[in-house]
Amino acid sequence: MTDESAAAVMTSAQSSQDDVLVRVDNLVKYFPVRTAGYVRRTVGHVQAVDGVSLAIPRGKTLGLVGETGSGKSTLARCIAGLLPVTSGQVTFDGDDITNLSRRKMIPYRREIQMIFQDPYGSLNPRRRVGAIIADPFAIHKTVAGNERKRRVQELMERVGLNPEHYNRFPAEFSGGQRQRIGVARALALRPKLIICDEPVSALDVSIQAQVLNLLADLQRDYGLTYLFIAHDLEVVRHVSDSVTVMYLGRVAEEGSRDAVYRTPRHPYTAALLSAAPAADPDAAASRQRIILTGDIPSPIDPPSGCRFHPRCPKARELCGQEDPPLEVKAGDGPTHLTACHFPVEAGENLAAAAAARRESP
Amino acid sequence: MSLSELEFQAAAVEGAPEQAVEGRSQWQLTWRRLRSDKVAVTAMITIVVMVGLAIAAPAIAALVHHPPNIAYPNTGENAVGNPVGPFTNGFWLGTDDTGRDLMVRIFYGARISLFVGLVTTAVATVAGVAVGLIAGYFGGIVDAVLARFTDAVLAFPYVVLALALAVVLGPSLAVIIGVITFFSWAGISRIVRGQTLSLKEKEYIEAARSLGAGPFRIMFIDILPNLLAPVLVLATLYIPAAVVFEATLSYLGLGIQPPTASWGNILAAAQNFYQVAWWYTVFPALALLITTLAFNLLGDGIRDAMDPTTERLLAARRGRKARARSRKNAAGPDQAPADTAGSASA
Repeated sequence: MTDESAAAVMTSAQSSQDDVLVRVDNLVKYFPVRTAGYVRRTVGHVQAVDGVSLAIPRGKTLGLVGETGSGKSTLARCIAGLLPVTSGQVTFDGDDITNLSRRKMIPYRREIQMIFQDPYGSLNPRRRVGAIIADPFAIHKTVAGNERKRRVQELMERVGLNPEHYNRFPAEFSGGQRQRIGVARALALRPKLIICDEPVSALDVSIQAQVLNLLADLQRDYGLTYLFIAHDLEVVRHVSDSVTVMYLGRVAEEGSRDAVYRTPRHPYTAALLSAAPAADPDAAASRQRIILTGDIPSPIDPPSGCRFHPRCPKARELCGQEDPPLEVKAGDGPTHLTACHFPVEAGENLAAAAAARRESP
Repeated sequence: MSLSELEFQAAAVEGAPEQAVEGRSQWQLTWRRLRSDKVAVTAMITIVVMVGLAIAAPAIAALVHHPPNIAYPNTGENAVGNPVGPFTNGFWLGTDDTGRDLMVRIFYGARISLFVGLVTTAVATVAGVAVGLIAGYFGGIVDAVLARFTDAVLAFPYVVLALALAVVLGPSLAVIIGVITFFSWAGISRIVRGQTLSLKEKEYIEAARSLGAGPFRIMFIDILPNLLAPVLVLATLYIPAAVVFEATLSYLGLGIQPPTASWGNILAAAQNFYQVAWWYTVFPALALLITTLAFNLLGDGIRDAMDPTTERLLAARRGRKARARSRKNAAGPDQAPADTAGSASA
């Protein structure tokens, strides 16, 4: 089959997929827990991601939220092909890219880029910024020589850096500028998907807005698709078209941004939203926080049934026995899915229930 | 960086906006600090002079008309056949027991010593870095095999093996270089492996992987520049060690063979004449001392001029040495058992 006919087949496959760029089906990622020493017996598994499915439409932003340890970053790394997948499937642009070898993955690396959380850790301190941004060109051998330098300077200008600074080292830039360097590097090969792993959580608020606006501009100009991971709910609300809430390796709730933020159905989502700080002091004072008991349980030995039930203010006997399916609840739109036996109803006072549960454990 | 430098940079940026501003690399910063270190600069000059003298040894021999391996029984020895002293009969540093020019022989010896020191260190550094990077980056079974092999080399009684090899294979320059190299790479490899283990977890390595970089590109483009600093310090300290090791082997008669001059075999020959010819022992010993001291001081200077990571690395080693010393003192044979117990509990 020639390249052109292959491309034609791919295009037809894409159009039949109602324009989903990335599809994740029942993805599972377990990390083995081994004993120390030479004979390393596997004594358990960290169930970092346990059966997650999601789909990101082309040109849209999917926000992924959840507290530390919920498996957001692991999921992102599985999609980016940085971690081998235990089971399940990742489909990119109609192609199965699950557990491809490094060489077979190379063409997809050009399409999938990442922006990392730590603007200090994600840039090699011993290399000049020009060389860092030119890395994608060097690795994929696309642009060389003076043309490469010109392209690097174009990219720097595009992300709001002074192109004359290409000879400097990362240490000579501020946090926001460094994150722009990371954005320029991710943008170099004109990818289709950019996975943003908490791209602004290490920046202060005024800089966060600048970087978020930059990402929005780039999405508009280049038709980028984002998988946007954050634990800051307001940031996710600002950038996302749809939102997926993860808890302990599972999807708790997913739906369009407005559906999830206005009518959260999973008690965990409701608790997360009630914990987000509000800028208006009057609203903040009148708001009732749902205070959960305890910490996120160990993913080595997750709770039976619904994984949230030990901390849930609405938990009943059924919750500890049966795993709730991710499904549309009564009164919700067709894209708003919740994994809960007893979803939150409108006007329900979860804060009081949580307080009562704390009084009598 | 001082305020005036910042202002100067700022002015340069404003004054010439179309001119690219080049950030100072770690090496440029290290060089600036090293240049202001008087001891390190003196050591560097000493090394340059020593290397210059070694290279110019044939010219010096021609200048004083004394080839290194020609004995002068008439002018180079006194009436009873002993060496003549410095500045006698045109011998600037005196002669040896067969009446050869000691100064010329010391400079020819410097050729051997510096050649062995630089070649073994260069080969050992390349090998050590390669093994350490591969072991540290790939991990798993590769690391287990390479790291255990490194440990085995480090644990080996290297003087004994060197002597045995020299006896079996016959003493030659190639054997000396081979033996010293074989026992030098392991220390570098271990340091590099440790650094690689920590560096490969950095987010920028993950960034390189997400771009599609292969393992060798990551090892040599992304990791290597971050560990060159400790490796350079270590290499500078391995040169004098190799020089001394070569002198030791030659002194024991298992290294460079007479009549070829080497500091070790000159010192070995001189030990029978220290009562009648002090210069015969003192000058080659001084050459050895000055050279090793200069390399050690330069290594210290580079280390001080480097980043804090290196300082921590070597501070830990100093700490270990200090603890080993205190243990040795505590168990010293000249102390009463009660004292030992007291200092151990303290």
